Amino acid sequence: MSGFPILTVMLAVPAFAAVACLFVNAQSARWLALAATFVDLALGILLWANFQTGDGAAQWQFVEHVRLFGIGGAEFAWALGIDGFALLLIVLSVFLMPICIGASWRSIEKRVPEYMAAFLATEVLMIGTFAAQDLMLFYVFFEGGLIPMFLIIGIWGGANRIYASYKFFLYTLLGSLLMLIAILYMILTTGTTSIPALMAHDFPPHVQTWLWLAFFASFAVKMPMWPVHTWLPDAHVQAPTAGSVILAGVLLKLGGYGFLRFSLPMFPEASAQFIWLVFALSAVAVIYTSLVALVQSDMKKLIAYSSVAHMAIVTFGLFAFNAQGVEGAMMVMLGHGVVSGALFLCVGVIYDRLHTREIDRYGGLAINMPRYAVLFLLFTMASVGLPGTSNFIGEFLSLAGLYQVSTLYALLGTTGIILGAAYMLYLYRRVAFGDLTKDDVKAMPDLDLREFVMLGALAAVTLWMGVYPESFMKPMRGDVQKLVARLERAAPAGDSAPTVGKPAPAAAEHGEHAAAPAAHAPKGAPAEASAHGEAH
Amino acid sequence: MNYSLQLMMALPELVLAIGAVLLLLVAAWGGAQSTKLVSWTAIAVLVGAGIALAGPASAGGEAFGGLYRPDMFAAFAKALIFLAAGVSILIAPRFFQQTSGDDLRPEYPVLILLSAVGMGMMVSAGDLMSLYVGLELQSLSAYILASFMRRDTRSAEAGLKYFVLGALASGILLYGISLVYGFSGTTLFSGIADAYASGDQKIGLLFGLVFVFSGLAFKMSAVPFHMWTPDVYEGAPTPVTAFFASAPKVAAIALATRVAIDAMGPAIADWRQIVIFASLASILFGSIAAIRQENIKRLLAYSSIANVGFALVGLAAGGEAGVSSVLYYVAIYVVMTLGSFLVVLQMRDHEGRPVETISSLAGMSRTRPGLAVALAIFMFSLAGIPPLLGFFSKLQVFLAAVHAGLYVFAAVAAAASTIGAYYYLRIVKVMYFDEPAPAFGGRTDPVEGALLAVAAVVISPLGWPLLGYLEVWTGAAAKALF
Repeated sequence: MSGFPILTVMLAVPAFAAVACLFVNAQSARWLALAATFVDLALGILLWANFQTGDGAAQWQFVEHVRLFGIGGAEFAWALGIDGFALLLIVLSVFLMPICIGASWRSIEKRVPEYMAAFLATEVLMIGTFAAQDLMLFYVFFEGGLIPMFLIIGIWGGANRIYASYKFFLYTLLGSLLMLIAILYMILTTGTTSIPALMAHDFPPHVQTWLWLAFFASFAVKMPMWPVHTWLPDAHVQAPTAGSVILAGVLLKLGGYGFLRFSLPMFPEASAQFIWLVFALSAVAVIYTSLVALVQSDMKKLIAYSSVAHMAIVTFGLFAFNAQGVEGAMMVMLGHGVVSGALFLCVGVIYDRLHTREIDRYGGLAINMPRYAVLFLLFTMASVGLPGTSNFIGEFLSLAGLYQVSTLYALLGTTGIILGAAYMLYLYRRVAFGDLTKDDVKAMPDLDLREFVMLGALAAVTLWMGVYPESFMKPMRGDVQKLVARLERAAPAGDSAPTVGKPAPAAAEHGEHAAAPAAHAPKGAPAEASAHGEAH
Repeated sequence: MNYSLQLMMALPELVLAIGAVLLLLVAAWGGAQSTKLVSWTAIAVLVGAGIALAGPASAGGEAFGGLYRPDMFAAFAKALIFLAAGVSILIAPRFFQQTSGDDLRPEYPVLILLSAVGMGMMVSAGDLMSLYVGLELQSLSAYILASFMRRDTRSAEAGLKYFVLGALASGILLYGISLVYGFSGTTLFSGIADAYASGDQKIGLLFGLVFVFSGLAFKMSAVPFHMWTPDVYEGAPTPVTAFFASAPKVAAIALATRVAIDAMGPAIADWRQIVIFASLASILFGSIAAIRQENIKRLLAYSSIANVGFALVGLAAGGEAGVSSVLYYVAIYVVMTLGSFLVVLQMRDHEGRPVETISSLAGMSRTRPGLAVALAIFMFSLAGIPPLLGFFSKLQVFLAAVHAGLYVFAAVAAAASTIGAYYYLRIVKVMYFDEPAPAFGGRTDPVEGALLAVAAVVISPLGWPLLGYLEVWTGAAAKALF
């Protein structure tokens, strides 16, 4: 793929389509948006197919670099390039976008051209965020994403949309501005804006602490981590279905991607120093938000809280500092992107028919909507983490990685997964099972072709990830190794490593080896050292 | 140095002054009919003055025994000032047609020209006397412009308020000047800098510094000397408000920068505290007070206060990076604010009367989509959201502050800009989320429409290529002060 600027083209196609959408009528805007997202999907598949993996493959591929203008000594460059992490998240974005457009086909009736333009703009900014190799360019895409999302929630959202849109915008803006100051410091002290260069740069540990906290302010809000997650349920509930899909599917991944790309490789010591904070917040999130999800009466809110809990598994995995943890976190991000997107679509399907998200208004859908019930069940099970579905792989790996570091947090994390099974199954029981008593629910038709295709595509990918995750693990394996190697010097000592026991001296039975106890002594010393961490 | 070269250095001001006097004569004999002629000639004069900047007027050095500094710093500020002045003349005719009987009179462009002469003197001042003369010439023209709609009580009130409070500020400034002169024995900036550097008479000079900065803060409308701004901006005719929010602001900020660096550079530790306080107070007060405003002109007035606060972030940083960031900030700010006022000018009811309430913008995205997009671009840009240019201007000042080691200051200012984002978002919310109010009447004047389109395109990501030039120019301008 030498020379062809595929990433720029992937950004340009939706950008031009977004502008064009503003000048055509509703139906043309729909088709134009769908065509543009399909072109990007095709380009994304091309990207994946041409991505080199294995030994000898470059870490950064499809690199482009054009200098734009200077910023206080450093330069602002149109620098794009992807590694395995970015590739997978870009593919996730371009895969979800046509589904979002499809989900909005009928449910959005007012101001369709603007809606499609806003969605395409979101796509540009998301791909840009993942592909940027220049720190300033990253920030521009990262922050710029607020504008279209603000409009999507505010114009096409539900009753309380204005409050939700403000909350979404201001919360995330505040977090990001602190990160901006940290970015400026990094640019000024290193003189470069290149992300790959900064990933190899060693900041002094005391500086790392502050920089890490500033980045954490931004990524924790985007992630979202408890206690700054409260914008998410509001934004999700008020956003239109496709808005929720893209919010849960891709925008939440920006936080995890940020940790993966910035916090961990750029500030390894500080990351190690704050493991306790990340783990504590994640543990609270995974249990507390699961309990909150259990008592929700609004379907979207329930899934929104479940997203917070799933994202806590991601942070658990990332800060485990080992290959399983990082791979697992990525798999949870991908799996959650597909599954929670699908769950929001499932909610959207029945919301379009009955115009309520109250769980109690439904019941017995398995009787009159069997196809819907089957797909919904699949996604429910995937969300729970049933083996064979995408989330199982990610959750298992994350927790396996976490277990090596802290058995206690692994226990808490697993508790969250059990609670996850509780609230998801409880949701499914109330919506799909039971008697079909309500007349308006009885009148609801099963999935039509459009809905079936959308959910079917998501279901296929969910199973693919669950059954053959190697397709997704392969592109990132090299990057995971590099990241873990980078983190090694700061990696925490685990408390679950197998320890050598302290057998009683065997000299009594084997009297002929008089020197045996003395020979054992040097072996005992390392065993004691590694057993040290266990004393909690 | 021969006198003709010195005159050449002041050519922009000479062109403006002679042009203004001649046009005043035309206006005196030609009466109201000559308005169009005088306006277009005034634009030509401004363009001429702008071209004159290219010669000795930006070559550096000093003229008239150090009174006047024709350097790149001055030239950059003047280019912005002339641009803003020209736009203010172009947008006037349409507005005054629709006010109650107060047609545009030819004195309007003449006053703008005279004000531009004063601002040119301000930014080129190398001495406290030329500083004061320039400042007063600018202010006196501005007082009259504020009350240009003679029969409108709000306009008259604005003019009077501006005059009384402006006179007070001039008094404070003069008091500071006299203290500085008294304790340093000179009015030349270079001599004053030596006095500050020597460390003699520290207390007296410090008092002088405080009063000079207070007077300048008044002209910049930085908190705590901002109280005239909302009333004057609201009462003055909209084209005049657009002018106030752009050109004199640039002049005052550039002047303050020059005084701070050139005259009081050695006392940076002293004035930095003042500037940091004024900056944070302006950002916070401007942002918080703007939240409850119902009048778009008042809102923009508070927004201009907050923006001065951000420009002062760069000044507080000091040094070459700080100065260039200030110029960078005001350059982009001028375009954003002129664009916003151009949208305000389009707000008219069906009989063509201007309306100023924010609620009248409701649903504008459906009634006037183009206008709504333009205003949304300006608002997001003023809020500092990438990829719009307002983000890069904020970035520059924060970068300068971080460069100077003012980490906490930069972080607080950045966090405070979230508050500002709230009220800018409110405008977007009213335009895009609310149900439509009655559509605005009238059509957009082609000249205003073209200016608006240019401003919106410059601020959008399409304006990125310009930032490379801006970086070079502001860098060169900042170098002139060191």
